[in-house]
Amino acid sequence: MKLSITRIGAIASKEFLHLRRDRLTGGMIAGIPIMMTLLFGFAINQDVRHLHAGLADLANTQASRALAADVVATQVVDIVEHRATAAELEELLVRGRISVGLVIPADFERRLAGSGRPIAQLLVDGGDPIVLGAARGLAGMPIPGAAASRSAEPFAVRAYFNPERRSSIHIVPGLCGVILTLTMTLFTSIAIVREREHGNLELLITTPVQTLELMVGKIVPYVLIGYLQVALVLTLGAVLFEVPFRGAVLDLVVGAGVFVAATLTLGLFISTVATTQFQAFQLTFVTFLPQMLLSGFMFPFDGMPRPAQILAEGFPLTHFVRIVRAIVLRGADLEQLRPEIWPLGVFFVIAMSLAMLRFRKRLD
Amino acid sequence: MQTELTPPNGASAEPAIRTHGLTRRFGDLVAVDKIDLTVPRQRIFGFLGPNGSGKSTTIRMLCGLLLPSEGSAEVLGLDPSRDAEALRTRIGYMTQRFSLYEDLSVVENLRFLAQIHSMTRDRRKTRVDEQLARFDLAVRADQLAGTLSGGQKQRLALAAATLHEPELLFLDEPTSAVDPQSRRDFWETLFDLVDQGATILVSTHFMDEAERCHELAILDEGRLVASGEPQELMAAIDAAVIEIEAQRSREASKQLETLPYVQSVAQLGNRLHALVDSNLEEPAARLQHALAEAGLEARCRETTANLEDVFVAATRDRPEASP
Repeated sequence: MKLSITRIGAIASKEFLHLRRDRLTGGMIAGIPIMMTLLFGFAINQDVRHLHAGLADLANTQASRALAADVVATQVVDIVEHRATAAELEELLVRGRISVGLVIPADFERRLAGSGRPIAQLLVDGGDPIVLGAARGLAGMPIPGAAASRSAEPFAVRAYFNPERRSSIHIVPGLCGVILTLTMTLFTSIAIVREREHGNLELLITTPVQTLELMVGKIVPYVLIGYLQVALVLTLGAVLFEVPFRGAVLDLVVGAGVFVAATLTLGLFISTVATTQFQAFQLTFVTFLPQMLLSGFMFPFDGMPRPAQILAEGFPLTHFVRIVRAIVLRGADLEQLRPEIWPLGVFFVIAMSLAMLRFRKRLD
Repeated sequence: MQTELTPPNGASAEPAIRTHGLTRRFGDLVAVDKIDLTVPRQRIFGFLGPNGSGKSTTIRMLCGLLLPSEGSAEVLGLDPSRDAEALRTRIGYMTQRFSLYEDLSVVENLRFLAQIHSMTRDRRKTRVDEQLARFDLAVRADQLAGTLSGGQKQRLALAAATLHEPELLFLDEPTSAVDPQSRRDFWETLFDLVDQGATILVSTHFMDEAERCHELAILDEGRLVASGEPQELMAAIDAAVIEIEAQRSREASKQLETLPYVQSVAQLGNRLHALVDSNLEEPAARLQHALAEAGLEARCRETTANLEDVFVAATRDRPEASP
């Protein structure tokens, strides 16, 4: 039998009617993005700003004091302790008094003038990956031994001044993905279970509607809702946190579309596994939490152990976090993001196939 | 016993449904046990049986919603386990539980199903309007289905099941949650549908509904224990029916149940209704005598069987049967 656009349309417009009747779910479409953007935006902002820092300025020259002032001006750190030696800063780190220590060596001026060696040293509490990430961003790179100061400019600090290193800017685009993962999976995971629980499914499967029509009809409305959420988060991000949008909107439309489709089919698959709405909720969170934690949204992907990275490559969110950050923050185009797009397509096909295999137009 | 009836004038000679040894097991439970059935066209065919007798399971197999464990079925010339998709455009199914969308309005539900049945835009509008008018739902068109009364929900469910004008309609206990007047109206509609050419298979546990069917199949614990026209079944009952008027009817009832040739006793107000083995001679006199011996005064007389008697006689072989 041929696929019928009319029947897909019937399912899709029915889903919209359900949403219109269900005020709470409808409210969640806008409520979750707004709430999470505010929460994450402000919370993460406070976290990476005003980190307690210690300073050991062994040079104590005008230039070294200027460097320390520049570092403070980033607002990432507040210098709360002044010490005479690096060893003392280490001790403060061990005690947890400070998260970051800035050591400006006695030969600072010479290093600054020269080109072979790093100009300053950052001691960072590596136990907290967010601090580490923030400090890495702060320093740009001044790890001893790295190809350091090519000129007299304190470029390490300037790298931090780059707005892209500000965490809300980093967080908000990724947040689009997190929100979509949560809401999209949740909405579709209950979509079929709800029909089964309410007894509607027995009627529906006695009609000529085909499995693929039902599946496609179920996800179409949410793709649109997904776009709405992306627009909402990025607008809020732009207004509240000055998140720029450097790439092409059309690129994001394509990238988000593939990602949303992949996430929705994950929900559909859950819906064919779960027998009650409560189970569907649980399964959704079981798939959501690892994605949020391992996708590179919360913690730097490079900092994760290899097995976690391999696992995370299988998550849609991992790829979307890279896509959205690249497009929004770095102005990347789709051509450059191909390695992130195709895994989402593969995920979509596999999840859809599994959902269709599991869903039968029968009761046994 | 299975009865082949001559179809009414104008109806196709090919039956709407024919099953052969249809069986369905759920684990160890045999829900439907080797049912042979022939449902002629343009008839209301009733499935009478207690809850758990296999009525719903049989209907679901005939709709292609469940696969038979054994045996075969032919519905409108198709095999429901293989040609389910082709069959689904030609049958209507009204589930036991209200299965339309409660958060959609009456008209939204109907429009949705009209679209699912791939009707053209014009056709959709015509059919939805026709069904709203026919089932007296026009004034409720914009009301949410979940807020309808039992009778209104049932009318909506039937309107939905017949929206695409199916040749064969399956109704699974359609009147369970409905008042008597609504039930009468509902049955009037069913006869109208049959007049227009439809065949209806309806399951019920109400005797008065069963009596309205052209033909009946009595199911018990998954088995077909009797079938035929209601009148035939009542005439062919394998028991004598005795009506007893007794002063102390409860005691009389208990006394009668101890007699080996009494199959069952039912109390109807002050009277008792007993089924007695048909090979017993002068059963009324025997009962009266037996009661007198127990010191109970009673008047016994033989009467004609009703459908409930048929049902009780047909299912008596398994007294442990739980309802």
